[in-house]
Amino acid sequence: MELSVLLFLTSGLFLGWSLGANDAANVFGTAVGTRMVRFTTAAIVCSLFVILGAVISGSGAAHTLGQLGSVNAIAGSFMVALAAGISVYLMTKWGLPVSTSQAIVGAIIGWNLFSESVTDSDALVKIVATWIACPILAGFFAVILMPLVKAILRVAQLHLLRLDAYTRFALIFAGAFGSYSLGANNIANVMGVFVDVTPFTDFQFAGFFTLSSVEQLFLLGAIAIAVGVFTYSKRVMMTVGASLMPMSPVAAWVVVIAHSIVLFLFASEGLEHLLASGGLPTIPLVPVSSSQAVVGAVIGLGMMRGGKDIDWKLLGNIGIGWIATPVMSAFVCFVCLFFVQNVFDQRVYREVHYILSEPVLDKLGERGLVTEDLASLKDTEYRSSKEFLDAFKRNTFFSSQDEKHALRVAELRPMEISAENIDGLDQTWLTSEQFAAVKQLAGVRFDHAWQLQQALANYSQDWRFMQNTKVNKLQNKDLERKIEYLVRYFEIGK
Amino acid sequence: MYFQKVTSLFGRTRALENQIDEFLDKVSEAGLVFSRAVRVYLEEGACAEFDAFMTQESAIEAREDTLRRSIEVELYARTLIPDLRGDVLRLLEDIDSLVNGFEGHLFRISIQQPDIPKEFHKGFINLTETVVTCVDSVVLAARSFFRDIESVRDHASKTMFFESEADKISTKLQRGIFASDLPLERKIHLRYFVERIDDVANKAEDVADSLQIYTIKRKI
Repeated sequence: MELSVLLFLTSGLFLGWSLGANDAANVFGTAVGTRMVRFTTAAIVCSLFVILGAVISGSGAAHTLGQLGSVNAIAGSFMVALAAGISVYLMTKWGLPVSTSQAIVGAIIGWNLFSESVTDSDALVKIVATWIACPILAGFFAVILMPLVKAILRVAQLHLLRLDAYTRFALIFAGAFGSYSLGANNIANVMGVFVDVTPFTDFQFAGFFTLSSVEQLFLLGAIAIAVGVFTYSKRVMMTVGASLMPMSPVAAWVVVIAHSIVLFLFASEGLEHLLASGGLPTIPLVPVSSSQAVVGAVIGLGMMRGGKDIDWKLLGNIGIGWIATPVMSAFVCFVCLFFVQNVFDQRVYREVHYILSEPVLDKLGERGLVTEDLASLKDTEYRSSKEFLDAFKRNTFFSSQDEKHALRVAELRPMEISAENIDGLDQTWLTSEQFAAVKQLAGVRFDHAWQLQQALANYSQDWRFMQNTKVNKLQNKDLERKIEYLVRYFEIGK
Repeated sequence: MYFQKVTSLFGRTRALENQIDEFLDKVSEAGLVFSRAVRVYLEEGACAEFDAFMTQESAIEAREDTLRRSIEVELYARTLIPDLRGDVLRLLEDIDSLVNGFEGHLFRISIQQPDIPKEFHKGFINLTETVVTCVDSVVLAARSFFRDIESVRDHASKTMFFESEADKISTKLQRGIFASDLPLERKIHLRYFVERIDDVANKAEDVADSLQIYTIKRKI
C-alpha cells in the first residue's frame, strides 16, 4: 500500500468524522435532546448501525459514486473531501446542522469550476429540488404520523411510565433504522471518491465471509463516522433536540421516524423498483440530508401547534447554513485545489478530452441529429467539456439533452482490454456471460465508452440496454455502472 | 444480557407503577379514615376508637412518605419521564400534603378536644364528607394523568365543584356558629376547625389546577 494513498484517505476520514459529528447526530438528536436516551447509548447504537448500513448496503452505491462528479485524480478527490469536511466542521462548530451531501456537492462544483468541467445542470436541479422536497416531505410525514400516534395512545391508555419505557425503546429502534439508512446512503459521500484507489485487498474472515476491498474501505469510513459521533455530536444533538422547539418524547419519536422514512424513500433502490413494477411514479434516488429531514419534521409539528413555539431565528440561521455550506465548500475547494496544484505540484484533475471523430458523428446521426453543421469541428480535440460545449453551441442549436448526449458520445476514454488484467475483474459482480464477453475482446482498443458497450453487446445479451422504461431503469443503471467500471479498469493513462 | 436488562427495566417500571397506584390508594384511604374518625369523635368524643383511627392515619401518612420518597428517587436515579418528572414530583408532594392535612386535623382534635354542640354535628359531617369527596376527585384526576389523560379535565372540574360545595357548607356552618349563644372563645375555636377542614378542599383544588397545567404540557 502506498503511503501517499493512505495520506489521501485521511481527508475522507475527516469528512466521515464530520458526518458523524453532524448528520448522524440528527438521527438521535431529538431523543438525546429530550433526555429520553442517554448520549452514550445513542452514540453506541448510532455507530453500530451506521457501520452495518455502510458495510452491508453501502456497496450498492460504490459503483455509482463516479456520477457524483467525475473527480478523476486522487489529489482532487482528497481536496474535494477535505473542502467538504472543512465546511461541515465549521458549520458544526457554529452549532448549525448542515448536510454532508450539500458540502460534497458544493466541493464537486468547486472542482468542476477549477477543472473547467461542465456541471450537469439536470443533476444539480434534481439535487437542489430534493433539498427543498426533503424537509417538506419530512414535515408532511410528521403531520400525518402525529395524530395517528395520538389516536393509538388514546385507545391503548398506557401508564405514563410504561409509555415512557416504550417510547425509549421506540426511539432507539427508530434511531437504529435511521442510522442504518444514513450509513447505507451517506457512506458514498465520505468514501466513494476513493473507491477506485482503495489500498485494501479482499479479506476472508475465519472462512465464514469475505470482506471486499470496498467494504473494508467503507468500514474504515464508518469507523470515522462513529468517532465523529462520539467526539463531537453532542452539541448538535442538543441544538436539534432541544433548542428548536420544546417537544414531548412521543413527538421526538415522530420526528425520528418521519426523518428515517424520508431517508429510506430517497435511498432505497428496492423501493424504487417496487414502485416502478407497480406502475407507480418513482422517487429520485439522491443523497438526502438528514439534517434537513429532521428540521422539516420538527417544523411540521410546530406548524401543527400554530407555529408559536418555533424559534424562527435559529431556523433562519439553519437556512443560512444551507445556502452557505455549498457555496463555502465550493470556494474552499477551488482555492485549495489551486494551492495543491501550484504549490505542492500535485495533479488534482486529469484532463478529459473530447473529439468529434467520424464514429462520433455517425453515433450522433443515429440519434437523428443533423451533424452537417459540425463538419468544421471534425477531428478537433478539445481539452475540457466546457471548451467542447462552447464550440458545439457556436455551431448548432441542439436541446440541452442532445448536448449532454453529444458530450457523452464525444468523451475520449482510450482503453485497451489487456488480456493479463481481465482475471482481476470483480467476477462476483459480473455475470458469467458478461465476463465471457469481456474475454472475447482481449487485446482490442477503444476510444469511447459507448464503443466498448456496443462491442460487448455484440457478444452477449447481458450487455444490451433494455428498453428505457421505469421498470427497466434499475437494470440499465446497473449496466451503466458495470460499463463505467470496465472503462475505468482498462483505461490507458489513468 | 441485553434482554435481561430490558426485562428488568420493564419489571422495575411495573413496580414503580404499582408504587404510584398504592400512593394514590393511600390518599383515598386516608380520607375514609378521617371521615370515620370525625364521625366517631362527634358521637363519642376522643375515645379509644378515635385514637385507633388516629394511629391508623399516622401509619398511612408514614407509608405515604416512604412511597413518595422511593418514587422520587427512582424517577431521578433512572432518569424516567425526564420532561415530566418535575411535575410528577410536585404533584406527589402536593397530594401528600392533603394526607398530612387529614392527619394533622385528627391530632389537633385529639389535643384540643373541641366541644362541638349537637346542632352543628350535621354541618361538620357534611363538611368532612364533601372535603373527602373533593380529595377523592383529585386522586381520580391524578390517576387519569398517569393513564388516561383525556379524563383529567372531567375529574378536575368535579374537584372544583366539591371545593365550592365545601366552601358553601363551611360558610353556612360558620354563620350558624356565630349566630348561636355560645361564648366567643368557643365560637372562635369551632371556626378554627371549620376553616382547617375546609382548607383541605382548597388545597385539593390547587392540586387540580396544577394538574390541568401538567396535562397541557403532556399533550404537547
